[in-house]
Amino acid sequence: MSATLAPAHKHTPAPVSQDSDTPAPSGLEITVPVRDEKSAPGWFLARSEAAWAEFQTLPMPGIKDENWRYSSSKKIELADHKPANAPTAANTAAALAATEGLKERAARFVFVNDVLIESETASLPAGVVCVTFADALRDHSDVLKEHFMQREMTLGSAKFAALHLAHVKAGAVIIVPKNVAIEKPVEIFHWVVGDHAAIFPHTLIVTGDNAEVSVVDHYRSLNGEGGLSIAIADLVGGRGSKITYAACQELADDAQALHLSSIVAGRDAAIKSFQVQLGASFSRSESVSDLIGEGSRSDMLSVSLPIGEQVVDQRTLQNHKAPHASSDLLYKNALYGKSRSIFSGLITVDEGAHYTDAYQTCRNLLNSDEAEATSLPGLEISADQVKCSHGATSGPISDEELFYLKARGISDSESRKLIIEGFLAGVIERFGNGELLDTLVARIDEKLERAV
Amino acid sequence: MVTAPDNDISDIKVDSVGDFTFPERNKFDSGFGITEKTVDFIADVKNDPDWIREFRHKALKVFQDKPMPTHWATKDLENIKFDEFRYYLSDGQKPKRSWDDVPDDVKKTFDRLGIPEQERKFLAGVEAQYDSEAAYSNIKAAVAEQGVIFVNSTEGLHKHPEIFRKWFGKVIPTGDNKFSALNSAVFSGGSFIYVPPGVKVKHPLQAYFRINSEQFGQFERTLIIADEGAEVMYMEGCTAPKFETATLHSAVVELVAMKGAKIQYVTVQNWSSNVFNLVTKRGIAHEDAEVRWIDCNIGSRLTMKYPGVIMKGKRARGEVISIALANSGQHQDTGAKMVHAADDTTSNVISKSISIGQGRSTYRGLVHIPKHLKGCKNNTECDALLINSNSHTDTYPAISVRGNQHSTQHEASVSQVSADQIFYLMQRGLTEAEAMSLSVNGFINDLVKEFPMEYSVELKRLIDLEMEGSVG
Repeated sequence: MSATLAPAHKHTPAPVSQDSDTPAPSGLEITVPVRDEKSAPGWFLARSEAAWAEFQTLPMPGIKDENWRYSSSKKIELADHKPANAPTAANTAAALAATEGLKERAARFVFVNDVLIESETASLPAGVVCVTFADALRDHSDVLKEHFMQREMTLGSAKFAALHLAHVKAGAVIIVPKNVAIEKPVEIFHWVVGDHAAIFPHTLIVTGDNAEVSVVDHYRSLNGEGGLSIAIADLVGGRGSKITYAACQELADDAQALHLSSIVAGRDAAIKSFQVQLGASFSRSESVSDLIGEGSRSDMLSVSLPIGEQVVDQRTLQNHKAPHASSDLLYKNALYGKSRSIFSGLITVDEGAHYTDAYQTCRNLLNSDEAEATSLPGLEISADQVKCSHGATSGPISDEELFYLKARGISDSESRKLIIEGFLAGVIERFGNGELLDTLVARIDEKLERAV
Repeated sequence: MVTAPDNDISDIKVDSVGDFTFPERNKFDSGFGITEKTVDFIADVKNDPDWIREFRHKALKVFQDKPMPTHWATKDLENIKFDEFRYYLSDGQKPKRSWDDVPDDVKKTFDRLGIPEQERKFLAGVEAQYDSEAAYSNIKAAVAEQGVIFVNSTEGLHKHPEIFRKWFGKVIPTGDNKFSALNSAVFSGGSFIYVPPGVKVKHPLQAYFRINSEQFGQFERTLIIADEGAEVMYMEGCTAPKFETATLHSAVVELVAMKGAKIQYVTVQNWSSNVFNLVTKRGIAHEDAEVRWIDCNIGSRLTMKYPGVIMKGKRARGEVISIALANSGQHQDTGAKMVHAADDTTSNVISKSISIGQGRSTYRGLVHIPKHLKGCKNNTECDALLINSNSHTDTYPAISVRGNQHSTQHEASVSQVSADQIFYLMQRGLTEAEAMSLSVNGFINDLVKEFPMEYSVELKRLIDLEMEGSVG
């Protein structure tokens, strides 16, 4: 399919631009996705092709775009990145050695540069589909057709989502049938290696009535080289089902990360999603919860610990479309150095979504003189009998808390560390996985050592 | 507060305080639309000095170049047809110092609105603006003797250029937004107040703004300067009759509180429900100074107003207290802007809104604490009450904090009057409407207390009127 899409100058050197301010397009801006026509169903190839056209048509979000207020889409440097090359044998070995995941797990996939290098799915209950994205395209085309990227990207990254759809080939698809519960988490590692390599991981989780599943995605850099990850997760919760999902981003310091998640909660479904942002010079998450079923619930959690000049950009939408649904968002950021965080959240309660309970809290702990936290919490309510609130706080560690610990003989720096650990761990605890909590607290500790 | 119905205007209902009109008798009419000619016409009529004429022309250019801010604001702005308004109307008379000299129909207008009575009761000075120009302006002798200047902006510009020019357009630059540019091009009327150092004006100064003519835009410009250690309270009210077509009101209000000064600015806005009310208000607070905006929006079709305080000196304080009530067909898009620009500055924003019927109320706020400052504090609270099931409310704050020596907190909640509450009151013999009205008044009670007594009584009455028919 790709040949017909290639711009005329694809294999020739990029033309020299007349205007020195606008460099000639390069990298991901012009690299035509390569697809093997036999590997995917026709509908997917058509959508992917259309997405490439859409990507090229859509403008980069400008500074006037409300969804990019206080941030900038230029921080995702498409021109500098190229789709990642297939990993070498050495990469594969190194990635496998470095993959230290949860001991208690139901299944595991490891990808390097969007190529599967390990799959372990033996201990899953019968009937559960837990396969790579490529396999799902071949064997579960109907489920993908129904649920894969069906929601409009309203929080500003439509262009990047189109790029993802044009390139996507790796990731996991997990389909849990009615009344089946997978107790232990499914874990997926996405490694990226190579200078300015880009990956496009996808996760799709679909649960049947009363099914339960827990999934953890990890995004990491292998050699500490800068890279770009444009990842998307689609979570579709059937009636009375439970999904817990974590996206842990620990890419290298000069990497860039974009994570877009779309959550659809059906009747009485309970979905908990969790964003951990520890790496990358610029990391942006866009999380949308559509509460379409009566009595559904979405918990949206996030922690970040930006240091140095890292920028964490968080956009959220709690979209209440049905009555008696509830949503609860808690985002916490602890900032060091010259880092910045931008939180922009919106709760919308549609007409008819009466008896909604919706909460949104963003808390920023500023630990240096030059860190900057911006909060844009928003509400749009058009229904009756609604309980809605949002809160945003920004400030330093309180003197009383510090005094309490220091009065017990703990040093100033140790006290501060403990308080920040506690501040962030409070969110991780709500995710409800002890082993993940311990792992993440250890990672936070490591980063705190670097920060101070 | 309302005088008995007059013979000339026989069928006025009590629930429509401002909804009546007198025939126009304008000597000066700038005609429809806005061009360089309009600006020159206004400058000629007002006998502007050259620098003001130039200022107006530059502003017109900025106005024409700036796009409508519909990328964040409501699309309703697109319904403003700038060509269908008249930008200057006046009868060519000088403002009267004595109430007896005011033309009869104008006098009746303000009599009906209770202006002279209020003055007798408790005001230190009054200015009443009718369309583009002040009809009446008076300040009590005792206050004038203290050196307080209270005149309309034209008079301020001509008689006190040394103070006027220093601050005019400095707090809100022409290009701040499209509507401040429009105001800068065609402004007329509004108050100019100067309070000398150390003078504390005991009683409030008041201005009243009245639109009488159809398809008209009112663009008053107010500049208040409180010199070191001075204190002043200013109150403004506004009404207009309900015409068939939309009316535009776009004011610019600049406040300057010098070291240790205190300015309180109270607004009760009750425009009729087809007025576009797009107002830019901002104050500068120098060291130890305080600027408080007490703002109540009940009328208009669309109000966009975000009073701001720039805390420029150490320990300066800014406050916005705001009540908004949006009934069907109304959108109250209000908020606050707090810019901390010095150490140890504090700001407080308390906003309460009530949406009735299909009304929409919006809170939009900005709190900015830039780097290298310390000890800044902000508290923002915004609560919304929804009365009917099809009422709307939105909240869009933006809080940006840099450094670890500040603290900010923001809280917002949305709620309804609970069935339990209504049941409790009805069980004690109140009708459902009375119970609802009492609950709503309870919701805003702690803010109403911030208004001067006469205003808070009026406010409660206006809210009761708006609530009528919304229950049951």
